[in-house]
Amino acid sequence: MIDLVLLGDVLAGTARLGTPIAFAALGGVIAERGGLYNIGLEGQILAGALGAAAGSFATGSAMIGLGCGIICGLISGLLLGYMSIRLRINQLVGGIALNLLLAGLTAFLSRQIFGAQAGGARVNGFSQINIPFLSDLPVVGPSLFSQDPLFYLLIGLAIAAWFWLMKSHKGLDLRAVGENPKAADLAGVPVFRMQYLAIAVSGALAALAGVQLVLSQVYVFAEGMSAGKGFIALAAIILGRWSPIGAICAALFFGFCDAVQFKLQFTSPEIPYQLFLILPYLASLVALVVLGAKASAPASVGLPYDREHR
Amino acid sequence: MNRFTMQRRIAIALLSALSVGGVLILLDGHNPFEAYKVLFLESFLNYWGFSNTLVKASPMLLAGLAVIIPMRAGVFNIGGEGQIYIGGLFGAVFALAIPNLPGILGVPLIFIAAAAGGAFWAAIPAYLKAYRGTNEVIVTLLMNFIAIHIVSYAVAGPLLAEGAPYPYSEEVSDAYRLPILMPQSDTHAGFVFGLGMTIILYFWLRFTPSGFQLDLVGRNARAAAYAGVDQKKTIIRAMLIGGSLAGLAGAIEVIGLKYRLFHLFSDGYGYDGIVVAFLAALNPIVAPLTALFLAGLSAGAGTMQRAVGVDSSVIEVVEGLVVVFVAAALVTPRTTSISILKLLAKNLRLRRQTQRRKKEA
Repeated sequence: MIDLVLLGDVLAGTARLGTPIAFAALGGVIAERGGLYNIGLEGQILAGALGAAAGSFATGSAMIGLGCGIICGLISGLLLGYMSIRLRINQLVGGIALNLLLAGLTAFLSRQIFGAQAGGARVNGFSQINIPFLSDLPVVGPSLFSQDPLFYLLIGLAIAAWFWLMKSHKGLDLRAVGENPKAADLAGVPVFRMQYLAIAVSGALAALAGVQLVLSQVYVFAEGMSAGKGFIALAAIILGRWSPIGAICAALFFGFCDAVQFKLQFTSPEIPYQLFLILPYLASLVALVVLGAKASAPASVGLPYDREHR
Repeated sequence: MNRFTMQRRIAIALLSALSVGGVLILLDGHNPFEAYKVLFLESFLNYWGFSNTLVKASPMLLAGLAVIIPMRAGVFNIGGEGQIYIGGLFGAVFALAIPNLPGILGVPLIFIAAAAGGAFWAAIPAYLKAYRGTNEVIVTLLMNFIAIHIVSYAVAGPLLAEGAPYPYSEEVSDAYRLPILMPQSDTHAGFVFGLGMTIILYFWLRFTPSGFQLDLVGRNARAAAYAGVDQKKTIIRAMLIGGSLAGLAGAIEVIGLKYRLFHLFSDGYGYDGIVVAFLAALNPIVAPLTALFLAGLSAGAGTMQRAVGVDSSVIEVVEGLVVVFVAAALVTPRTTSISILKLLAKNLRLRRQTQRRKKEA
């Protein structure tokens, strides 16, 4: 019986801790499939979190907070897109710069908006939604079917992203841009427009991670609250083999390991909990080495496309 | 782009970043000139402030060099942070395991241990890149996290000091501590050590065949192959040197500043190194300047907040903007206003010439 309770706790923790990573990883997949590294996920999570907190703080409505968060994500995505596509700045440097910029800017703006009081201002968020019947199931009911709306949104978006990317014409265009922009260009695909679309969507999805942190978890904006989730998402993209569904599963695996190590710290301090923190990274690394990255990573990711170059 | 235009553009980019930051300071209700004056006076001309800047600049410089050398061979070393951690771990383990050597022998051995640790951590992505074509960006990024958690385990488990309230190791013995350069401050010899490395690497890249091979592989791998340069070996050599440098940064943090191995002892210096390398346009001799600049900004931010009341987060914004603007200034030769004017002038001249010819005809 104890074990079932524990299992339920870990499952609920997996969903809670994995959801923000999954949103950001999904965003990263869209960008990388379009040939752009989005190293700026970390900063975009913060942008989304600030947007959500500010929107909800100003209006008292969590839905408006959600909207504001998405808009902040779109803007920060387009900014990175401008750097990567138009200015052709090295995409890693551009992403690192965006992270620095947004970490500072969100901290600055949050002190302007919420004042300097410690703990910040509490905002209205989402409450959990119990899915009829399913939430009454033992173990998985309370953990997986009594989640906040953003968890269900994640599942919906994951399926939508998979369908769009893998089954629709536009998705094929985007993947073509990520593999060989020159060929896509010659075939009449609007390369730059597709890339801007991808990076904007990517920023919005990363922002949803921040929205989830604020509106479903802690109900307050804290400086640096992304706490490395954007970088973990980059690892989840690799482990998920650049597929939307795979990335979500990988992100939930990261969430699972995190949930397990939290439990372990309390229940069995003799087992080094760091093992479980290392495990997902090690798994990503092994997946990369054993399966090889060439087979599934988009061929032109990270290379700026210049029409005038051969 | 010649060197003069490049430097002028970097200067314009820096000024633009500071101006945008100035607007934010103004929005915050303070005088930007006053704030910047305090920031730069404190971090460069005040004894304690400058000491603070040097302490921060030391690991940044070595971490910057750790990015520059591999990047010259076309390899992007995002793994400086992890290499710093493993270097610090190896150095600390050596220092704690063999505590009784005289400093003149112990310190170089600690440096060697730390460099070996960093090089070991860089060897894995280097091998994967050279022989299996695995993307080094991804591998080094993943290995950063693994390294941080390994150190976290080490200082919370086997290396945990007796009665420590939070995870850190025992102190290293007095003989192993780096000499303090400025009396009564924390300024250790780390920056001078970094300057020494800078000069060695500068001459190596510039005047030796093996240094030149790096640039050859980085700029045109095919030409390098035709010239008989072993590309795989060059990549691995560059990464091993880079990893060693980052490992040394870890060592100077341990035996120069904190005297213990701490959980999370590097405050993102590996990532700062990328910015240092980038602002130095991958030239090692410029890296000390860019490291000092970045270190000065972050060291002065706190003072500025205390003295003028400007929020220190403004400086983070400025740092991000510096990178964006410098990057933009360096990679887009065609879109600057000056070059557009030049192009227009050339067009005009051509048009006049053709008109004149028509008249003559």
